Amino acid sequence: MTKYSVIGQRLPRVDAATKLTGQAKFAADFTLPNMLWGKVLWSPYPHANIRQIDVSEAAALKGVKAVITAADVPKKKDDEEYPGAMSSCLARNKVIFAGQPVAAVAAINQYVAEEALALIKVDYEVLPAVIDIEEAMKPGAPLVHPNTFTMNIPDKDKKPTNIFWYSKIEKGNIDAGFRQADVVLENVYRTQVVHHGYLEPRASMANVEPDGKVTIWSDNQGIFELREIVAGLLNIPFSKLKVIPVEVGGAFGGKSSQIVAPLCVLLSGKSGLPVKIVTSREETFKTNRPAPAALFTVKIGATKDGAITGAYVKMVYDFGALSGIGGMGQFSFGGPPMLNTYRIPNIKIDNYSVYTNKTPSGPYRGPTATQAAFAIESQLDEVARALKIDPVEFRLKNVSVDGDPMNAPGFGGDDHFGKIGFKPVMEQMKKYLNKRGPVKGGNRGRGVSCGYWATASGSAGAIINLNADGTLDVLIGSVDVSGTRTIAAQVVAEELGVPYEKVTVNTGDTDVAPYSTLSAGSMIARSISKPLHLACQDIIAQLCERAAPLLEVRPDELEYTRGQVQIKGKPDKALTLAEIGGKTFHFPGGSPIIGRGSTQGSGSSPVIAMSTADVEVDKETGKVKILNFATIQDTGCSINPTLIEGQQQGAAAQGIGWALMEKSVYQNGVIQNATLLDYRVPTAVDLPYIDAFAVEIEYENSPFGIRGAGEPPLVPTVAAIANAIRDATGVRMKEVPMTPETVFWALQKKGK
Amino acid sequence: MKKLITLTVNGQQQEILVEPQQTLVEALRYTLGLTGTKEGCGNGNCGSCTVIMDGKIVNSCLVFAVEAAGKEIVTIEGVSQGGKLHPLQQAFMDEGALQCGFCTPGFIISGIALLNVNRHPTEEQIRHAFAGNLCRCTGYDKIVRATLKAAAL
Repeated sequence: MTKYSVIGQRLPRVDAATKLTGQAKFAADFTLPNMLWGKVLWSPYPHANIRQIDVSEAAALKGVKAVITAADVPKKKDDEEYPGAMSSCLARNKVIFAGQPVAAVAAINQYVAEEALALIKVDYEVLPAVIDIEEAMKPGAPLVHPNTFTMNIPDKDKKPTNIFWYSKIEKGNIDAGFRQADVVLENVYRTQVVHHGYLEPRASMANVEPDGKVTIWSDNQGIFELREIVAGLLNIPFSKLKVIPVEVGGAFGGKSSQIVAPLCVLLSGKSGLPVKIVTSREETFKTNRPAPAALFTVKIGATKDGAITGAYVKMVYDFGALSGIGGMGQFSFGGPPMLNTYRIPNIKIDNYSVYTNKTPSGPYRGPTATQAAFAIESQLDEVARALKIDPVEFRLKNVSVDGDPMNAPGFGGDDHFGKIGFKPVMEQMKKYLNKRGPVKGGNRGRGVSCGYWATASGSAGAIINLNADGTLDVLIGSVDVSGTRTIAAQVVAEELGVPYEKVTVNTGDTDVAPYSTLSAGSMIARSISKPLHLACQDIIAQLCERAAPLLEVRPDELEYTRGQVQIKGKPDKALTLAEIGGKTFHFPGGSPIIGRGSTQGSGSSPVIAMSTADVEVDKETGKVKILNFATIQDTGCSINPTLIEGQQQGAAAQGIGWALMEKSVYQNGVIQNATLLDYRVPTAVDLPYIDAFAVEIEYENSPFGIRGAGEPPLVPTVAAIANAIRDATGVRMKEVPMTPETVFWALQKKGK
Repeated sequence: MKKLITLTVNGQQQEILVEPQQTLVEALRYTLGLTGTKEGCGNGNCGSCTVIMDGKIVNSCLVFAVEAAGKEIVTIEGVSQGGKLHPLQQAFMDEGALQCGFCTPGFIISGIALLNVNRHPTEEQIRHAFAGNLCRCTGYDKIVRATLKAAAL
């Protein structure tokens, strides 16, 4: 891209030096004088009534300053409807998953706090639990929430069920679609619970002052969201609650939940001292909000020349014990749109969301999309094989283009595509693979897959202060999870035509910063660029007003260009930012120049990412080695290609882990492998270099045409690897992770 | 019963009181205030707490503070000299080899330890040297490339 001078440059992250030298402060790095350490008692059972909790011995232990249970948490209306934890940060009368917070203590150090936990006596009446997704759907299954009825099924006499949400999409006539097909293939696919695996465990510190002012330091994906969650749970007015932004050690959706922050506030309130809780890795795995397991039936039909005539998908997502946290409802919105990549005349989708007594799930990088892509794109691969059509060609034959109707409507209610880059991404992939040539060697194979995702956007504000020396301080309220400050600095430098180094971006706390949406949904670059653009326009208008008397003209006779205000067409009659700032601030009648921007979201932008893997399968052991991996996405305008590549490579690595290694193993409803290497996130040895390319089809609704990055490259990755294994061995893996063990047995079954 | 120990951290001799069950990472972070060393797992899986002890890398979550008595420790805070980044840190910055930054101090320490014994490692040697350091953001691609770049200097 040559059209910009700062945008599109591979500039170093503004936070690089502090992070590289250990100076950057993460939540657990903060301490206050007289700070106490908190520890949480978690439910050991997936389903049980709490008959009684006796904390007297724990409270009497020397060094213990506060013990809390549900009795210390404000009661909510929902408590009656969902006894358990729907609206409470500590279990009230009942636990509905293993790892649910039951009580918490604050003590002079971690060791005393740990000792105190062992002294809390909880009398549980263990109830039958439902862990398996299919069991949960059967009539008569134990109910996770006794008062749950399926949303969207109109039925007056309906009975309570674990199926809490259902949606249906029907387009054309699915039976006719299959009748027109020369090949119709059906398979069942299954995915397991996976965890984000962020390296920083959850950590919060809170200080409740005598006047009721609460301050929180906590890992999060949105300081305003965090404030809303805690304020809502504990009935605190927003203005009495200050959230300090911290560096966040990986989030991927997982840090939009806040489990220990409200407990820190309660413990601090009760003890009168600051309280910090840092969860262990085991606690982080067992008590946080992983991605849901899912079960799919996929049936796809196509004619012999490769036109898809019909697709039926039944998708069932296992959301665990709760359907969201902090008012953020979770349901399987990422599943149905997977068919949007293609023109399909006849479609039927049945989409179920189910409760079980497993860990409640939450968003993970393209929530619920990766599971659906694994199933649908695996099945598309089978159809292409049956038709003997190259998998990229097959996708190109059916690709959706500008103006096509969407199979599953977007969030904003849009039902037709605007300008999209699906075809350019596929063509780029074709070029890449042609250049690489075919995979050579025994037991080797190649797979490709697409993944659809609509990058989101949200409301945000921005404030820019012009300093008297011409430098600029930018204030935003977005927590920097993946380069927000760097991108904001590039946008402001571009808009005002000043050097990148002259712009300093700060994320303020909730007392001073303008509101901003979550740093999630691949949306922050787009969401923050809009108000920054307006704030820059605001600054320029003010600059012209201040410069007019100094240059002895009217403001409308002036123009702004490359860091200076000049009389139109006369670059020699000009004043720089520093000259205007310096001249106007310090003289009588002068006033500071402050730019302000505030915008709502700009809809969701449809994108696809495409992945390809070359693999080698060891038939003796079932081990799959990734020989080559590439990922391509339509990112819209790429503000900083290095950051975008980083997002793509990281997402691909998570997808490779999801495909080959990762799952939370449940036994009797309790996670058994709660360490990083038993859960098994990929190491540097497990992965190759990851080729990453951006296709930049500009999105019409955002400054510079940004679409967003982060989530999409994860979506197609699992299926691409499954398809590569199929290519290498002839075996279709229908369940992930595809560990050496499962691949070995699949090969044995096939008799190879 | 707390115990008084003496150790050298980043060239500075320190006398600190530690609990018998306190780990070195806890002592560094919460007694000495050197929070650049991170604790990601507490069981030696992730390498975020990597420090150099008497010339060799250790997971400081697996070392009791009392075991560090009399030892020389180098943490991330002791890597850059005179306000100038170490060449490996500079390469990480230039190549975009960091994202969230939580694992980064551990990678820098492990990378420096590698370059101390093998000035020109191959890609494979670098990947093996980093096998004890987990990163969830980058996919390791840019980390390996940055280390190769620093090794080529």
